[in-house]
Amino acid sequence: MNYSSKLRDPTAETSPTRRARLAPPASLDGKVVALMDIGKSRGAEFLDRLEGHFKSAGVATKRYRKPTNTKVAPAAVMQTIAAEAQLAVIALSD
Amino acid sequence: MIEMLPADGLVIVAKHECHTCVLVEPVMQSLDRAGPLTVITQDDPAFPSGVGRVLDDQQLERSFHLKIEAVPTLIRYEGGREVGRTVGWDRAEWTRLAGAAAAGEGLPAWQPGCGSRSVEPGVQEALIARYGDPGLASREIPVGEWDDPIEACFERGWSDGLPVVPPTDERILRMLGGTDRKPDEVVGLVPPNLAPCTVEKVAINAVMAGCKPEYMPVVLGVLEAALDPLFVLHGLLCTTHFSGPLVIINGPAAKAVGMNSGVNALGQGNRANATIGRALQLIVRNVGGGLPGGMDRATLGNPGKYTFCFAEDESDPDWEPLAQRRGIPAGKSAVTLFHGEGVHGFIDQKSRTPEELTRSLAMGLFGVGHPKLCDSGNAVLVLSPEHYRIFKEGGWNRRRIEEELHQALKRPGRDLIHGAQGVPEGLPASMADKVVDKFQPDGLLIVRAGGPAGLFSAIIGGWPGQRVREECQAVTHEIR
Repeated sequence: MNYSSKLRDPTAETSPTRRARLAPPASLDGKVVALMDIGKSRGAEFLDRLEGHFKSAGVATKRYRKPTNTKVAPAAVMQTIAAEAQLAVIALSD
Repeated sequence: MIEMLPADGLVIVAKHECHTCVLVEPVMQSLDRAGPLTVITQDDPAFPSGVGRVLDDQQLERSFHLKIEAVPTLIRYEGGREVGRTVGWDRAEWTRLAGAAAAGEGLPAWQPGCGSRSVEPGVQEALIARYGDPGLASREIPVGEWDDPIEACFERGWSDGLPVVPPTDERILRMLGGTDRKPDEVVGLVPPNLAPCTVEKVAINAVMAGCKPEYMPVVLGVLEAALDPLFVLHGLLCTTHFSGPLVIINGPAAKAVGMNSGVNALGQGNRANATIGRALQLIVRNVGGGLPGGMDRATLGNPGKYTFCFAEDESDPDWEPLAQRRGIPAGKSAVTLFHGEGVHGFIDQKSRTPEELTRSLAMGLFGVGHPKLCDSGNAVLVLSPEHYRIFKEGGWNRRRIEEELHQALKRPGRDLIHGAQGVPEGLPASMADKVVDKFQPDGLLIVRAGGPAGLFSAIIGGWPGQRVREECQAVTHEIR
């Protein structure tokens, strides 16, 4: 990525500048996994297979879909996923 | 990459909007005919006309590196080194540096130049940030080409919930220009992490809060007061109580930065009031690491934890300002920090004598914390002009008001103990036979502020941590 501007850190600089990824959960017990179809071809097919694996492992899933693959997901979809699920798998491309 | 200047020859830095530069345009044409000449033009690539080599310097990079302070500036180079320089139009100097071709027949012998665009207000800092070494120690945080810097600040957790001004180098340099103190000077250790806070970190957070550079001495004074161990900033931060730092400014500094002590003094709308208080909170958050839900354990908090800062109305010469009451010499600027919860409005539109108003105010003040609790926090009384007028017309000054209120704020312990008046909350039963003061002897801070209309004053309750007087008090510091 090109960086067009820079800021100066206002903090005591005790944490890394690059934000850490969230740690994966220790267990999927009791969690709901969002399966997100971005609308590319065969994405649903991939998610169907994953859903089957999750089901056989006893993990709850919910399916979500973007209206179009050409734009970012609407805020309502993102908020619904955040409200209903703790993890997400996104079928990115065909 | 900027085009190189000649190793030998003349360089003139000029701008079209400068009358002196326009005056010497024929001289520049004459010098161009006589030998190698380069003109660096700051504002108009077509100026001057009739000169072969004109370099566009609208970005001011050359002017910055050449340290140009005024135009026109004539520089002579020999062997790649500058051997002579003159500023403005001075026939004797120009002919000494450039020979007879610089005589300027028909021109006056001398005319001063104009300021260089590179040293216009705010430009120098931007040029240092762009082309020079800003000398800042804080680490750089790159922002992606398509990212919004304000959103980047939110994502990094640097914001109190409102947008902050992105702390770019030029803004930080301008902010540092508001103080003579060195950027690497450590102002103190900011709780809860007891992280060293340099003047540079103060400047960065002041930028983010929206301060102007001239606020810096006040912001530094506020931080120094907040770090006074007697103020117990750590405890105030981590309390479950409502309170946060309340900042009251006295003296010439308040007027100098345009603080509001009048209409809506405790409300929104004044940049200095809003951003000086906010800067302190951002420093605690960012440098100290005091985050809500982390070390900040407030059950409810209060809106003043975004910012809570105002100036005292010192327009009445009969009134002893708060800072002087607390030991600061007259004419000096000072900050008083109090552990303030939210504003509680006090209404009395019927009292007409000092005695009536004192009794009435005491009823309101007794509600601080809980009407049956004493030593549960001191208070600030913000006396409005209309209420103050009642005292003034009765011949009462600050000291008299304080003493009369102190006497009016005594209650028999039997009315305040556990279970009295059917309320479990209250003082220990051992207090039943005592006469109890609501506040500590100097625990009620009276300050004047507010608009001219309205028989309303404001009560700002304190923090129960103030009950251990030798460990925790309001503090007043002179602003250096």
